[in-house]
Amino acid sequence: MESAETLNSTEINWFRRGIAAGIPIAFGYMPVAVTFGLLAGATGLSGSEAVLMSMLVFAGAAQYMALSMMALGSGAAEIITATFIVNFRHLLMSASIRERAEVGSKRSRALYGFFLTDEVFAVSSTSELPVRSHYITGVGMIAYGSWVGFTGVGYFAGSFLPGLLTESMAIALYALFIALLIPSVKKEGKVVIRLAFLGAVFNAVFQLWLSTGWSIMSATILAVIVYEGIDQKIIRRGQT
Amino acid sequence: MNMTMLGIIIGMGIVTYIPRLLPLLTLQTENWPGWSRRMLARVPYAVLGALIFPGVLYIHDSIWFGIAGGAVAVCLAYLGAPLIAVVGGSIIFLAVIQLVV
Repeated sequence: MESAETLNSTEINWFRRGIAAGIPIAFGYMPVAVTFGLLAGATGLSGSEAVLMSMLVFAGAAQYMALSMMALGSGAAEIITATFIVNFRHLLMSASIRERAEVGSKRSRALYGFFLTDEVFAVSSTSELPVRSHYITGVGMIAYGSWVGFTGVGYFAGSFLPGLLTESMAIALYALFIALLIPSVKKEGKVVIRLAFLGAVFNAVFQLWLSTGWSIMSATILAVIVYEGIDQKIIRRGQT
Repeated sequence: MNMTMLGIIIGMGIVTYIPRLLPLLTLQTENWPGWSRRMLARVPYAVLGALIFPGVLYIHDSIWFGIAGGAVAVCLAYLGAPLIAVVGGSIIFLAVIQLVV
């Protein structure tokens, strides 16, 4: 327990707050992970392969895609390349959290970087600034535990879950995103509404041509560029 | 465990971790121009918009299912309910709707 000795009480406190903040993600991941475990079994993976994939990859969309590619008989190179493409958007989130988080040690950044899914990023980055390393780690670990644990549950017991529950739980992650957005809207007002609106509209358009991962990334980049452009124009007009 | 499968899983893990890790280890944004730092700091709100829409419409065969669940989430969040209550509330609402309709 070498790392426990170096943690001071403030860090432990932030870690605990991260765990608490991550509980809704753990809930949201439950149906997605259970379904993944179930499908992995149907695709012919063993229980340990399904759980190992959730442990090492920790990326929902990419794991689902890998299953469907395996079912179609795709090779290792194709599956790994497709995973890289789908998860490339996290580069942007990692760069953004770098700007919003405390600097922290390299080791702690390398640790929480592993957990940076869309949801862990969304919860962590809307926390008070500067975002603490241990807070992100806490959010990430509870989300990760749910993802890995419920992959196993889905593999061995998924077919026993009532359809009513899993169908209703499909709303969970969207409800989480909405629950993160609304307090920011109340606190920072129109800035947040405009950015979210631009992101949503651009994503709806890009999804007509692009896969989900690229669409979200392109929509986000375009939204922040367009917003900055409009913002600067208004400031300049105000000065003249 | 099948060796090819093990290779695929490890490969997927590596290519997923790299984009999550690299900016955190290599970027030094302290001396970047203001506009680029502002843009990076605004990413979360634009991402949230893109993550919600249009995906929320497709959680069920009928788009009204997602719209109703989303509306309940907006109301609960606006009233100041904690995250977990917003998530739980919209799940329960949709489960009840399914039982009734």
